[in-house]
Amino acid sequence: MLGRIGDLWVLLALGSASAGAVTGFSAGGLGSHTLLRHTQRFARAFCLFMVLAFVTMEVALLRHDFSVKYVAKVGSLASPLHITIVSLWSSLEGSIVLWGFILSIFLAVFTEWSRDRHPETTPWALATMLTVAAFFAFLIAGPANPFTPAPNPVPLDGPGPNPLLQNHPLMIIHPPMLYLGYVGMTVPFGMAMGALFSGQLGPAWTQALRKALLVPWGFLSVGIVLGGWWAYDVLGWGGYWAWDPVENASFLPWLTATAALHAAMLPSRRDAMKGWTVSLVLVTFLLTLLGTFMTRSGVFNSVHSFTQSDIGPIFLGFLAVALVGCVVLLALRVDGLAGKGEIGALVSREASFLLNNLLLVAFTFTVLLGTTFPLVMEAWKDVRLSVGEPYFNQMALPIGVALLFLMGVGPALPWGEPSTRKVAEALVPPLAVAALVPLVLWGVYDIDRPWPLATFGTATFATVVSLREMATPIRIRMREQRESLVTAASRAFARGQRRYGGQIVHLGIIVIIVAIAISHAWRVDREYTVPTGGTVRFEEYSFTYVRAEHFKESHRERDEVVVEVEGPGGAFTLRPALNAYSTSMNAIGSPAVKTFPTHDVYVSLLSLAPDKSTVGLHIYRNPAVGWLWIATAVVAFGTLLAAWPARKGAPA
Amino acid sequence: MSKLRLPAILVGVSVVSVLAFLSFGSMDKNLVYYWSPTTLRASKPASEGATVRLGGLVKAGSVRVDGTNTVFTVVDDQASVEVRTASIPPQMFREGIGVVVEGHLGPDGIFVSKRLLVKHDENYKAPADGKLSEAQSGSVKED
Repeated sequence: MLGRIGDLWVLLALGSASAGAVTGFSAGGLGSHTLLRHTQRFARAFCLFMVLAFVTMEVALLRHDFSVKYVAKVGSLASPLHITIVSLWSSLEGSIVLWGFILSIFLAVFTEWSRDRHPETTPWALATMLTVAAFFAFLIAGPANPFTPAPNPVPLDGPGPNPLLQNHPLMIIHPPMLYLGYVGMTVPFGMAMGALFSGQLGPAWTQALRKALLVPWGFLSVGIVLGGWWAYDVLGWGGYWAWDPVENASFLPWLTATAALHAAMLPSRRDAMKGWTVSLVLVTFLLTLLGTFMTRSGVFNSVHSFTQSDIGPIFLGFLAVALVGCVVLLALRVDGLAGKGEIGALVSREASFLLNNLLLVAFTFTVLLGTTFPLVMEAWKDVRLSVGEPYFNQMALPIGVALLFLMGVGPALPWGEPSTRKVAEALVPPLAVAALVPLVLWGVYDIDRPWPLATFGTATFATVVSLREMATPIRIRMREQRESLVTAASRAFARGQRRYGGQIVHLGIIVIIVAIAISHAWRVDREYTVPTGGTVRFEEYSFTYVRAEHFKESHRERDEVVVEVEGPGGAFTLRPALNAYSTSMNAIGSPAVKTFPTHDVYVSLLSLAPDKSTVGLHIYRNPAVGWLWIATAVVAFGTLLAAWPARKGAPA
Repeated sequence: MSKLRLPAILVGVSVVSVLAFLSFGSMDKNLVYYWSPTTLRASKPASEGATVRLGGLVKAGSVRVDGTNTVFTVVDDQASVEVRTASIPPQMFREGIGVVVEGHLGPDGIFVSKRLLVKHDENYKAPADGKLSEAQSGSVKED
């Protein structure tokens, strides 16, 4: 019953989106206001039906209605309530429903915002977004339909979702965050296509486009890091990032979206680089499609291959159509957008933005090359190979340090054509401070690794510039308006909320890059076999295997090993475990982590002898990893500030 | 735009070409091939010393502990390779299970592995035609 209701909502959503796409393009072509109103109605109808489909699927899951195929696939009477709720995104068909649901929220917001704005561009933008919506509604209605009836006889119970997903609470919020980022890119994509179709990209549209880009960018950033955190806490190999194709798939659109966010500041300033900005937005959307294809089609075999299905070719087809559409439209229309403004001098904020864009695009290219090369080789020469992690690390290091350097140069330099004196004033003091740091680290602390030292130096430079950028408006107010520190700070902040948000994001990113550099350079690990009561020494700690404990839960059995750890900061207990799920015969490890300000102690249980007399432990000392998660919260906070609507009366 | 155009294009072209050069060069050194015991045996001279991933089944009765090392034999339909690894095998490791080991073939014909991945699925089939997608699927890194 619920399955048929769900089908109905999906078909209605598909109908609304298709009809809206048709009226939208007609409204754009004919300049008809009536058709635009119809398009907006269709858009609202799509949103409503998609939300209803989502709710129907959740109800089916909660009522354990195993007559619905998807519930029979991922549901289980033994699953706890929260697992049942989130099992909606534990497999392909359900996650596309979540996808549609999120798209409908973004689309609803855009429809309301654009209701009486930009009548030239809005219909094109809406039509583009509704075309994407129609594609996803088609996937849900046809090839990936989760509402299909389960084969007869209706099963009495199901296997429950993939054990890897049940193993950690982060899995509850990592996929929705990533989807909010991925799906959200549909809005800036539609807006960029709208600008191309209508040939208009004014300052107001650019500013709105930038904000529409910023919101999914923030979600994507958080989603990527949460994915790394989950891998760190669950997979037990002691790291958070392995350049796995699935990880790269989320990182690629992040890179181009970051480039686009910076490029979009140029047209709103001086009417230049419109075509470039629009192209970056289009590429970002195409990369989200490519990412979905790579993670959802099973072309790469990885942890995520549980979502294998035959929607791969359909997705590839849509990607090809979108790519061709973007290229053709760009070729035909980009001239109409050509900016008249000058970019400025070679040493200016504009030029540093250009260089930043160039580096981000080059980074995207190298990651894309390394990710897709194995696919190309397999298809072409029938050779199976993979591109090793060192390739990515070797490329990421120089590009990362150069980007970090530009994070300092860009905000420090004035717009336009600054005089040599101004440039020197802006750059020399922070550079001098930054040069001291590696010298001190090298001279006093004997750190002699070139890349970490270069990273620390450039990070200091970027930090000094960022802090100066935030302090300068306050200082000026205190001097010229004779305000107190608190008044000056709050007023400067209210007037430059976007700018402060941006600098806070920069500070967060700087901490993330430094934490990555430290954790990569100074990580140590070793494997031990330890008998009961035995002690091993590793770095400044000693680890004693005390006993093993066995737990029975409704959906799994858990072997926990009690390890007493003694170190300079006192004693603590770690309990790494192996979980066996009733539905899967293989045990899944869950490592135990103790976080200190400077490092994590991380213990993975490799194996436990049947008589529990010995354990295999993999012990890691991971420096600075905890800072990644904290810094990501800072990035999220900064993004929120920058994206939050400015207070009325306070010019942004 | 005119002021910046020439230097900007020059900078752009040189940055891109340096990176392209670096990335192709670096990739060449970091390719890891997936081989089955048959293909590894067939290409023996070339395979000595190179880092490869070897995938197959753990031969029944072949697992033994040698000091801190674990020694076992990886087989496919036609060939077998003896593997020695210093890494502690994960809980799922047992005879008959599919594994992927990363390492290199020594001059003594023994494959020395630093990394042992166990196939993480209940319906294991031997990899067909030297294609190790089966063995790779869902494997959890356990190094």
